[in-house]
Amino acid sequence: MTDSSVVSITAVSKSFGRGTAAIRVLEDVSVEIGRREFFTLLGPSGCGKTTLLRLIAGFETADQGRIAIEGQDVTQTPPYHRPVNTVFQSYALFPHLTVEQNVGFALEEQRLPADKIRTRVGEALEMVRMQSFARRRPAELSGGQQQRVALARALAPRPKVLLLDEPLSALDLKLRKEMQIELKLLQAEAGITFLFVTHDQEEALTLSDRVAVMQGGRILQIGAPHDIYEAPTHRFVADFIGDINLIEAEALPGNTLQLAGGATLSVPHDARGKVTLAIRPERARIAAAGAGHLQARVVHTAYLGTALLHKLALADGGTFLLRQSNLDASPLAMGSSVGVSLPAENLRVLVQ
Amino acid sequence: MTDRPALRRLGLLTPALATIAVLIGVPLALMFWISLLQKGDSGGVDWASAPSLGNYIRLVWEEDFDGTMIVNTSYLIILLRSVLQAAVTTGLCLLFGLPVALWMAGLSRGQREIMLLLITIPFWTNLLVRNYAWLIILREDGWLSQLVNSLSPVGPVQLLYNDLAVAIGLTYSFLPFMILPLYTVFEKFDWRLLEAAHDLGAPRRRALRRVVIPIAMPGIAAGSLLVFIPCLGAFVTPALLGGGKTLMLGNVIQMQFAASRNWPFGAALSVVLLALMLVVMVAMAIWRNRRVK
Repeated sequence: MTDSSVVSITAVSKSFGRGTAAIRVLEDVSVEIGRREFFTLLGPSGCGKTTLLRLIAGFETADQGRIAIEGQDVTQTPPYHRPVNTVFQSYALFPHLTVEQNVGFALEEQRLPADKIRTRVGEALEMVRMQSFARRRPAELSGGQQQRVALARALAPRPKVLLLDEPLSALDLKLRKEMQIELKLLQAEAGITFLFVTHDQEEALTLSDRVAVMQGGRILQIGAPHDIYEAPTHRFVADFIGDINLIEAEALPGNTLQLAGGATLSVPHDARGKVTLAIRPERARIAAAGAGHLQARVVHTAYLGTALLHKLALADGGTFLLRQSNLDASPLAMGSSVGVSLPAENLRVLVQ
Repeated sequence: MTDRPALRRLGLLTPALATIAVLIGVPLALMFWISLLQKGDSGGVDWASAPSLGNYIRLVWEEDFDGTMIVNTSYLIILLRSVLQAAVTTGLCLLFGLPVALWMAGLSRGQREIMLLLITIPFWTNLLVRNYAWLIILREDGWLSQLVNSLSPVGPVQLLYNDLAVAIGLTYSFLPFMILPLYTVFEKFDWRLLEAAHDLGAPRRRALRRVVIPIAMPGIAAGSLLVFIPCLGAFVTPALLGGGKTLMLGNVIQMQFAASRNWPFGAALSVVLLALMLVVMVAMAIWRNRRVK
């Protein structure tokens, strides 16, 4: 564990159910989350990301492994004694309390004096710009407003880590975009570590300092959004985040890869046998027919404003997406034959 | 023809309204009228007597031998005891019913149905029979009496024919009326709110007090009303398990109509009981309205 890490998760496993019916939800997960970091757990539903969050919150107990917050082992600590707070997917605002009573809930549990509670509630509501709604009840608020109150309620006790369980998923697209920016600003203002759970890869890339991509109860890759996008280490990660073309190839000795069509590429690798090559649509280039590494036919071209997205049919039957900037776009007729060149520096050799 | 739906609604409501009027309105009016009359020479009602408030006055004052009116507290005491007994029963039902309802809400669907069935099974048996069953359990050679007496450090304890026996019997009889509305609330309860309370630093008991109970308040109010109101008028349980020593309002009313054959006074007592229930219900409604605002 490093000095700067706020949350330290070591070899945590968790199963639900008993005996043969038990389902392994988390498998030997380890991760360190740094101070003031915006850290995101990203993965499809059922990948274990929410379970990991609930383990940190204390709603579930780990079967194996250790969870520490600020160096303190909290593996067996009940949720009400942990210095973390949660923003729930459903907000879980108390319907019988007003907005300010909701926000003050944790502060009252801490037995703070009434005037101090009032000040802190005011500050928290100001942070999310909800001061004028202090006396309303949750039922009288819109989804976005409830979201803000839930944020204020979780921030008011000044947790060491704020846990956010898909907090934006119930909002419509426009509001979600607004809240994304606000979340980011809020984190900078509050100076608190955010642990964010989402299945939305775009949201993860926009917001996070670092992202952990999860699948089947394991963390596949941890890295900055740029690394995750540009240098995925797993086929799943590459496929899950953004559009990508996957090409089967044979690894030959001498840093050579042979494509199915027979073309060879010189790429540094230490693989052997069959491998998968990954390349983003915007990283491949159009070449003249007969040139390049792959031969294809134009099936469809979508005009995206700033770019053109070509859908190509490869000679061996596969599909290839190619994104071409509007600046250097030469019009391609539907059905015309083209070559595709794969710049070696843009290719990734993936673990299966 | 904009009033046609309204007209049709009235037509559809008429049978129900007529039933209520004939079966509830008329008897109530009759009871109120009788409460103002005098009892007949051989009991019953003297329909020819002049209406007066005499029966109501009798509840509090009685004529001394020299003709002066003195306060007679015996009916007031019975009234007070009835309210107290009903309140204690309501409290006991809440104490036992709340954990059961909470526990039931956490069961699987199939288990819940079985529990609901078990809770309603006692209704298949007549109330009188069930009270006799308690008589057997609580009397000196009953198993509960013997168990309690063998454990009691203060010598033999009398379980039957006292207020305790009445409280046990009433709690037993009315417990389902508390459990069912509470269960309805807890079944719909969003348990994530409990997690939120824990998350914000409230341990189990605090979360129960600050989140679960306030949200369950409509169920608690409904259950309390369903227990308190019929308890106030109960007469079978106090008569059997109280052994006639501990009278409740229901018993006095029953005595007026049967043994004493003083229908007008019994009717007056019934009107007072009804008024009492009405006061409780109105108070409850006002309190609940205030909470919503």
